[in-house]
Parts: sequence; structure tokens; C-alpha cells
Amino acid sequence: MAEPTIEQRFKTQVLPHLNSAFNLARWLTRNDPDAQDVTQEAYLRAFKFFPGFHGTNARAWLLTIVRNTFYTWHQQNRDQASDLEFDEDIHSLETGEAHQDSNPEALLARRENQQRVQRALRSLPLEFREVLVLRELEELSYKEIAAIVGIPMGTVMSRLGRGRQQLAAQLAPMKQEA
Amino acid sequence: MDHEQTLDLLPAYLDQELSLSEARDFERHLEQCAACRQVYEQHRAVSTQLRQAALRIDAPPDLLPRIEAALPGRPASREALNQRLQRWLGSILPARSTGWSPLSAVAVSLAVLGLSVNIYLKVPTAEQRLTQELVDDHVRSLQSNHLFDVISTDKHTVKPWFNGKIDFAPPVIDLAQQGYPLVGGRLDFLNGRAVAVMVYRYKLHPINLYVWPGNDAGASAKIFEQRGYHLAHWSTGGMNYWAITDAGAQELGGFTASLRAQTQS
Repeated sequence: MAEPTIEQRFKTQVLPHLNSAFNLARWLTRNDPDAQDVTQEAYLRAFKFFPGFHGTNARAWLLTIVRNTFYTWHQQNRDQASDLEFDEDIHSLETGEAHQDSNPEALLARRENQQRVQRALRSLPLEFREVLVLRELEELSYKEIAAIVGIPMGTVMSRLGRGRQQLAAQLAPMKQEA
Repeated sequence: MDHEQTLDLLPAYLDQELSLSEARDFERHLEQCAACRQVYEQHRAVSTQLRQAALRIDAPPDLLPRIEAALPGRPASREALNQRLQRWLGSILPARSTGWSPLSAVAVSLAVLGLSVNIYLKVPTAEQRLTQELVDDHVRSLQSNHLFDVISTDKHTVKPWFNGKIDFAPPVIDLAQQGYPLVGGRLDFLNGRAVAVMVYRYKLHPINLYVWPGNDAGASAKIFEQRGYHLAHWSTGGMNYWAITDAGAQELGGFTASLRAQTQS
């Protein structure tokens, strides 16, 4: 009993990163059912490869698998991508802080801003979207992002710059109101 | 640091990925360059907005149990159930070593009588395993919210959806008029191969119809019960059909009859 089994190690090291895995899959697929399938498939793959994992950063390792799983899926589904294009379903964000804000006008403004940012990120090309999600939402370092995406750190930097530039252009016109 | 270099390194400065000396150089240029300051402020605003918008989307609560159930070698799955069943059978059927006493003979015949209504002793092993797998798959499709891959009541949507996913064209038939509307389809892996699953409903009861090429059974549908579910099995037109539902045997009989009337014609 002293030595944990591979299942137990997987359970303590990899399963806790489910939210990160799902978040990445959700922003890559841009819809819920596909994100769930990609996440589940990624976990099955991760379980298979887990005996070969000897690193310490299980989250980055898992996210690499999620990303690869997504790209496999994406390639297979590209032909039907037009049929499967989902409506712009904006995820209803339930933030804890939103409830504290009792002023309905401020609440509405915040919600609108949230949706605007969400829509802008959603519409960003995949190569910029993925690095921004990993950096701004998952708060990973350039080194981790470079490993996950499989690009040099300099490319991570330039993609983040170009992604932010595009978002700035999209979000700028209405920003004066805020 | 010149202007171009500064613009290149801007993301890294913002993300605090520069070394101390690089960051100092960067700041020195920023102080004297309004254009760089403007870009920097823009990017910083975007970054702040992204973080403040709480865009991180958590996994739905049912995803973890779904993944845990799908991982190999985990309890509460088929394995555990099989073990339980074997233990249970073991406790009823006396061990071979105990000999053939009249008492155990009575026990055996009682057990056989009791179990003869059960599928386990009636069918060969391969089919036994298959029905077990079918029931498990049916239960899982209901539990894990994975009843469909394609949701549609239109057979012209469901049928093409299978194209390229499997190496056969399953007959997709709408039985809405007979009281069994088609609600969708999905792909499953069963009996070591990819199979098409058409999902129908009878009132509130989902009916999973599994189809794959083969001719394993007769043309007339056999209906039996397992773990509270009703199953029907038949083969026609070079396809194996299995239907499973929690609806009653009569309703399932009606379903298979309507379906077979359409597949045979």
C-alpha cells in the first residue's frame, strides 16, 4: 500500500486539472459537447501515456494532450465544419463578484463588456486564440506555452502580441463608453 | 534598444518574461517613445480585460464521473458488475469439488430453473458478453448524457451523418407515425467494432437501436429481459439489429415490428 498504483497517481496528479483541460478544449472547439468529447478523449490518451510521464508539470503535460487531441479531431471534422458551425452561443458567465454588484446598471454594463470580450476572443484565429487562452486564462509561462504548442518561445511572444493587437482593434471602438 | 526591438519585446515585458536588464532597457525606450507607450497601453488594457471578464469555463459537473467511468480498470463499471454476478452465481451453484450429493443436485436444478428465464444460461458465451455490453452501453448512454452525437428527427440528417464514420450505411427509418419518433444517432464501439446507433423514443423511454453488418440471428425478433431492460435481436438484409429500452416488452415488440416491416420492404 506504500507505493501508490498508477491509477492512484493518475487520480491525484492528472484528474485535478480537469477544469484547465476543459477550459482549453472549450475555447478551441467553441462549443460544449465537442469540448466534453475532446476532454474525455484526451484523458483516455493521457491515461494510456501516463506510465511514460516522469515530469513534474502534469497540467502542462495534460494540456499538450488536450491540444493534440483537439487538432486530430479538428482535422477529421474539418470537412463538415460548415454544417457543424454552432450558433454564437455565448456562455453565461456566473462570476461570484457579479452578485456582489447590486447596481443593476453596473451589472448590465459589466455583463455586456464580458460578452464583448468573450465574442472577440472567440472569433480570433486558432493560432492566436490558443496562446492567449493559455497565457491569460491559464496563466502559463512562455516556456510552458512553447512546450504545449510546440513552437519557440519567440513565436509564443509574437503570437501573443499579434493576438492582443487584433483584440485591441476589435474592442477599441466601443471602449470609449466604458 | 531601438523602436522595432521594443515593439517585438512588448508582449514579453507585459507578461513579465524579460530579464531585469532587458526590462530596464525596454522601459528606457518606452519613456521617450509615445508610439510604443500607446501600443503598450492598448495591449495592457486587452490583457486586463481578458482577465477581468472571467472567461475561464469550468468543466460541467457530470464530466468527471463520465471520464472516471471511461478510464480502464475502474470500478463501478462492467468489471465490477461481472465480478458481482460471478460471486452471486458462485454462491448459488455449488463448487465442483463438493461432489454430486442429492442435496446439491436439487440446488442445481432449482438454480437452473430459476435462471433459465435469465439470458445467461440460454445463450452462448459470445452473445452473453454482447448483451452484457449492450446493456452497459445503453445505461452509459443515458448516464453520461451521451445519447446522441447528432441530434435530429430527420432521417436525411441522421443518415448522411454516418457517412465516412463507419464502413456501412445503416438503414435510418423514421417511425414517428407509429409512435416511435427518431431523435438522433451516435457512433459507438461494440463487440470490437464501430456500430451505428439510432436513438428513438417511445413516450419518455429512449430506445437505442444498434446496427452493424452481419447475419447472426434469425429474421424474427427475439425479445428478452436483462437487468430490467428489454432487448430485441434479429438480422435482416445483411444487418444485425439490437434494440434495447427500459420500456415494456410489448412496446419494444411494437417497435421492432414496425421497424422490420420497413426494412424488409
